Amino acid sequence: MSAHTHADGHLPHEPEKATLEGRNKVLGFWLFLGGETVLFGTLFSAFLALRDKVGEGNPTANELFNLSTVAIATFILLTSSLTSVFAIQAMHAGKKVPMLWWLAITVLFGLGFLGLEIYEFYEYVHEGHGFTTSAFSSSFYTLVGFHGAHVAFGVLWISILIGQVLKKGLNVVTAPKLYVAGMYWHFIDVVWVFIFTVVYLMGKVG
Amino acid sequence: MMNRWNVGKRLLPLFAGIVLLLSACGRADLSTLNPQGPVAEEQFGLMKLAITIMIFVVIIVFAISLYVIVRFRRRPGDNKIPVQVEGNHKLEIIWTVIPLILLVILAVPTVNSVFGLAKDYSKDKDAIKVEVTSHQFWWEFYYPEYDIRTAQELVIPTGKKIAISAKSGDVMHAFWIPSLAGKIDTNSGAADANGTANTNKMYFEAPKAGVYLGKCAELCGPSHALMDFKVKAVDEASFENWKAALKAPVALPSDPAIKDSLVSNCLSCHAIGDQGGLSFPNLTDIGSRLTVGGILVNTDNAKYKNEGTVEENLKRWIEDPQAVKPGALMPKVELSEQELDGIAKYLAGLKIDYEK
Amino acid sequence: MDWLTTVDHKKIGILYLLAGGFFFLVGGMEAILIRIQLWKPLNDFVSADTYNELLTMHGTTMIFLAAMPMLFALMNAVIPLQIGARDVAFPFLNSLGFWTFFFGGVLLNVSWFTGGAPDAGWTSYVPLASPAYSADYGVDYYVIGLQIAGIGTLIGGINFLVTIINMRAPGMTFMRMPMFTWAIFVTSALILFAFPALTVGLVALMFDRLFQANFFNVTNGGNTVLWEHIFWIFGHPEVYILILPAFGVISEVISTFSRKRLFGYSSMVFATVLIGFLGFMVWAHHMFTAGLGPVANALFSIATMLIAVPTGIKIFNWLFTMWGGSIKFTSANLFAVGFVPTFVMGGVTGVMLAAAPADFQYHDSYFVVAHFHYVIVGGLILGIFSGLHYWWPKMFGKMLNEFLGKLTFWTFFIGFHMTFLIQHFLGLMGMPRRIYTYLDGIGFNEMNLISTIGAFLMGLGTIFFIVNIIVTAVSGKKASNDPWEDGRTLEWTIPSPAPEYNFKQTPLVRGYDAFWKEKMDGNKEMTPAEPIGPIHMPSPSILPLFMSIGLFIAGFGFMYHKYIIGAAGLGITFLCMLIRSLKDDHGFHIEPEELQDKGVKA
Repeated sequence: MSAHTHADGHLPHEPEKATLEGRNKVLGFWLFLGGETVLFGTLFSAFLALRDKVGEGNPTANELFNLSTVAIATFILLTSSLTSVFAIQAMHAGKKVPMLWWLAITVLFGLGFLGLEIYEFYEYVHEGHGFTTSAFSSSFYTLVGFHGAHVAFGVLWISILIGQVLKKGLNVVTAPKLYVAGMYWHFIDVVWVFIFTVVYLMGKVG
Repeated sequence: MMNRWNVGKRLLPLFAGIVLLLSACGRADLSTLNPQGPVAEEQFGLMKLAITIMIFVVIIVFAISLYVIVRFRRRPGDNKIPVQVEGNHKLEIIWTVIPLILLVILAVPTVNSVFGLAKDYSKDKDAIKVEVTSHQFWWEFYYPEYDIRTAQELVIPTGKKIAISAKSGDVMHAFWIPSLAGKIDTNSGAADANGTANTNKMYFEAPKAGVYLGKCAELCGPSHALMDFKVKAVDEASFENWKAALKAPVALPSDPAIKDSLVSNCLSCHAIGDQGGLSFPNLTDIGSRLTVGGILVNTDNAKYKNEGTVEENLKRWIEDPQAVKPGALMPKVELSEQELDGIAKYLAGLKIDYEK
Repeated sequence: MDWLTTVDHKKIGILYLLAGGFFFLVGGMEAILIRIQLWKPLNDFVSADTYNELLTMHGTTMIFLAAMPMLFALMNAVIPLQIGARDVAFPFLNSLGFWTFFFGGVLLNVSWFTGGAPDAGWTSYVPLASPAYSADYGVDYYVIGLQIAGIGTLIGGINFLVTIINMRAPGMTFMRMPMFTWAIFVTSALILFAFPALTVGLVALMFDRLFQANFFNVTNGGNTVLWEHIFWIFGHPEVYILILPAFGVISEVISTFSRKRLFGYSSMVFATVLIGFLGFMVWAHHMFTAGLGPVANALFSIATMLIAVPTGIKIFNWLFTMWGGSIKFTSANLFAVGFVPTFVMGGVTGVMLAAAPADFQYHDSYFVVAHFHYVIVGGLILGIFSGLHYWWPKMFGKMLNEFLGKLTFWTFFIGFHMTFLIQHFLGLMGMPRRIYTYLDGIGFNEMNLISTIGAFLMGLGTIFFIVNIIVTAVSGKKASNDPWEDGRTLEWTIPSPAPEYNFKQTPLVRGYDAFWKEKMDGNKEMTPAEPIGPIHMPSPSILPLFMSIGLFIAGFGFMYHKYIIGAAGLGITFLCMLIRSLKDDHGFHIEPEELQDKGVKA
């Protein structure tokens, strides 16, 4: 396990891949995301199987979903994915401070997304669409809720990483952590695109 | 110590198995190897084809195994390094293509039967339609064409297609009459917009008159093992008699005390004739059924622990259903000795005589 | 204390073996009780309720808590050595994987003492397993215990994938890897893609049970067949997860004790990958009678039959490895050679089951029970016995006693066939599975009795193996680097047991069967690929143990609706994750002077 430190103190070009541990972490995380894909895929399948089971007298997807709120949340999350790209670009360029700022903005957008989602769920519950209402509602909250939980975990994770970099600096040990956090953030963004399409858009169309 | 003894020991179970296979085809009313109807026969045919092909494979593998074990065993003192063979392209092709061919031989009749046996007779005017509902731990049979509801015994005419439409009233069960046909699962589910619940369809036919044993074949709780039912195939005339007899009015017990006890304790759940509840086994012809509770066999010549006369079985059941069938939903009804005797006697007398 | 904090793959392998072995005995006991109940008709040795608990726990324990951990034991003990690595990619996660499995298994078995074990079968079908029909805590233990244990398995899968991809010794291309390594590589991919599906199913059932969700509640629109799909999309790959490592063991053992290289290596690799891939395409053959319709049944029939082809390729390649060889029948090889015809018998009943219309008769009868015991016990367990006898010296530094090993083999092997061959006929003659008793006078008596006697023989065989372990620990013969003298792969180039750092110098691999190649070229050792230098080792940690305890506590909290406890348990776990992330672990170094070839003490 040899570390790549350049004599002039500069970070190597792809610092997350500069050590064996780093390469292991990146590959391991790609594989983990493969498993997560199956996880969300199964949640999607369950949702698709149950999406028509709304139950007597309960609001349907078409009635419930407010596409404008969801569109704003989508925009926020997609933008946060872009800011996380900028953060990693800054990391590859060895620019610690810009990277930290981009990460902080990503976290803020993540929090914004979560806030909108919590507000959305609150409204739904008041409109008669609770977790235990029907098979449709259970699978809706589980799928979208799991995604939200992933966003929340990501927000927490990136925040802690910001703290770590402030304390220990950007080096070949912290770089892989930042890189996989970025991969994670992109993943939950992709999952959201599917949720937006399959749950909300298809729900509106019926 | 190895070679032939080693080999023999491994062949022994196989030979024993084949001998057993040839000698134990099983009961005609229970075994899949002794089919009594066209559906079970078609399925048995597929089984025979498959096992023939597979025995061929097994023999080849066993023969090669035997040969290598005997021929290439290291003799004492032999320290030679054998020739290291990387592989053989031709052999790889042979043992890929031949199995593929064998599979095609099996697959073609398989696919044919998959579609053939899936034929839906529920709209066929010559078929007898029966709606099967499974419960913990009894079987409900409803004939929609005659508005007849019965339990535990599926009476059918010989030589006719029986179109089964099966579902469950609670957990998953499976409807299996091994000597007549393979099984289907009974799923639960509310009726959807079309009014059809999650029902599964199958058909079978019994050319010969007789009683065929039915089993539940999906773990459904403690008494899964005891959820037996019977299929009773009778000739057409007897079947018409049975239908008529079931629709005839049934007298309640003449003794007013017994009658009151019956009505208040039993008819809230069970039906006799046109009186009583529909959610639990229909008792209209319970006296002429082959079992009580599906598992206590009615006979005057009791040999086993689960056998007795109709009256004995009824008393045993009513006294403590849980002791006979753990987990059964029938509660222990509070009855005096006389009430129990009276009701059992009355129910044992609910016989219908329909067989020619 | 060392054992509680170790991140060393060799020690973790031994831990997996101990825990898995313990649960194997528990599951075996459950089997014996089942067979005692069934030895005669209308027996009342156990009640109907207890019987359903026994059958559920027997299946669940054997698959998740015995077979998989014992496979992980072999994976941990052998893979890094076979690829010339010093540990796995993620030693900390390796330990975490073990402890989560262990506590998941403990949680599951605590249910015996707290009012009832799960009793809806290892497949836990709904609605039987739903809150309406299983109101007690049994199924909750199943759902939560397996989620916790499942985390461990998933972690292990990722770990071995990264290890095999990134950490092979110089010169070891993919096509120069030993067959066991290939088998574990494909198995790990299967684990990665199959377990998340199970997780979703368990979570959905847990939500139904604990939080009144409606995934499987038909009154509110739930769908019970959905459970079957989710479970079997996991469940079918799971059985390939179980058998592929055994295939890997057989390839190693047969090759070594025939003194011949594996016949058709590239075909074997191809067949393994194909089996793994096809394994995801056949799940609905467990659902032929569920009412999916003829088109689905036909497609899944054909897909299932196809898996027989790559499996057959493997069987023939093993036989032709032995052909022309010089075969020595050590205990390890007896198990491997016994595997071949036994597994073929199980495989052919599998092809019979694949024909959907015939399956309508076989399904949920003893024919299926016979089939899967033939492939799992006759296949996997014989494979594990073979692997254990083969690699025991490398793990523990001593040779298992050969006489006791042969005794184990014969009693277990004969007992096995006696127990399960006859069950094929019971099923065909109309005996359903999962029944706590059967009536007298219908022809099942004698066959059930024979089956029960066979089970006791298998128990006896297991006892002989345990005696062997004890005798070996006390007075076993010490093992050299290459105790079988015909070792072909890298693990036989280092001392037995392997030293803490595995390889003093990472070896240079010059071909397939890397060690054999050197031997044939007249070398006694491998050529090193690096100079002697300080070796970097990962530090031990107590955090994996605490994280697993946290999950264990959380499980109880959620199950009994004491959410403070649940939150506290999760809190412990997350706190440990935080500590792990914040505290930098730079490991430690073993200096060249210390490289004394000291082995791992077991």
